[in-house]
Amino acid sequence: MGKFTIGCFSSLVGSMSLDFAVKLSAAAIEKGHKVDFWVSGNATMLSIKGQRAFKDYSALMKPVQELMGKGLTITACEACAEARGYHKDNTLEGFKRHSMDWYLASAFDADRVLHIGGE
Amino acid sequence: MATTKLGFLVQRPPYKSENPKLALTHAIASQSVEVYLNDGDLVTADIAFVGDGVLNCLKNQKTMEKYGLSSTESHIKSSLLLDLNVMVCREDLERFGLSENDIIMDAVEFGADMTVKVVPFSEITKMMEDVNHLLFF
Repeated sequence: MGKFTIGCFSSLVGSMSLDFAVKLSAAAIEKGHKVDFWVSGNATMLSIKGQRAFKDYSALMKPVQELMGKGLTITACEACAEARGYHKDNTLEGFKRHSMDWYLASAFDADRVLHIGGE
Repeated sequence: MATTKLGFLVQRPPYKSENPKLALTHAIASQSVEVYLNDGDLVTADIAFVGDGVLNCLKNQKTMEKYGLSSTESHIKSSLLLDLNVMVCREDLERFGLSENDIIMDAVEFGADMTVKVVPFSEITKMMEDVNHLLFF
C-alpha cells in the first residue's frame, strides 16, 4: 500500500476543495493507504474545535474525527493557525500543529503528493 | 541517503490570495526539513513563476511601507539567499511587456549569491519533469 501526502490550502467554508480533499483521504484510507493531511493558510480553519454542522456550510469536523480514528494523520500549519487566532487550546483533539517543514518532510517519502486548492 | 525534489509552480498574481506567499514560505521550509529526516536525506525546492504569477517578481514592492507587511519581493530574496532555484517564465514576462529590468533579479543586499533565472517555458517544463512532486500555487 502507498503513502499519500495531501495538502490543502482552501478554507472550510467558501469552496469545496477541502471537502474534496477529506473525501479523497477517506477513499485512500478505505483502500488501505496511509494518508498524511496538511492544512495551511485558510484551511487551518478545519482544526478548530466546536464546529457546528449546518446544511448550508461544509461540515467536516465529524468526518475528520472518524478518519483520525482510522489512522489519518492530520496537521495544521502552526503559524497560519496562530495568525488567525486558532490557538492550541482550541484545536481538535488529535490534530497536530507543526511548521511548514513537516509537510515537506511528509512529501519526502510519499508515493504521491496531492496539493489541492487555494483561494 | 536520498533526495526528494519538489517543484513549486506559482501561477497566481501577488496580493490577491495567500498562495504565492505560501509557495515561497513552504519552499523556504525545505531548508529546515532535515530535522524530520534521517541523516543525509534531503528535500530540495525549485520555484517557477508562470502566467500571472510572474507579477510576483516585480521589484520595489511597497507592502512594508504601505501595510507594515513583508513583501513577496522579500520572500523571493530570502529564497535566493537560501540558494533556492528561482525561475521566471520569459514568455509570460514578455506577455506583460516586462523584462529583466522590471523584476527582482538578485538579492545582493541580503548577501545572496544566487540570481533569478529568466528562462523559456521549455526550461520550466524540464524542471517539472525532473522533480518528484509538483505543487501548484
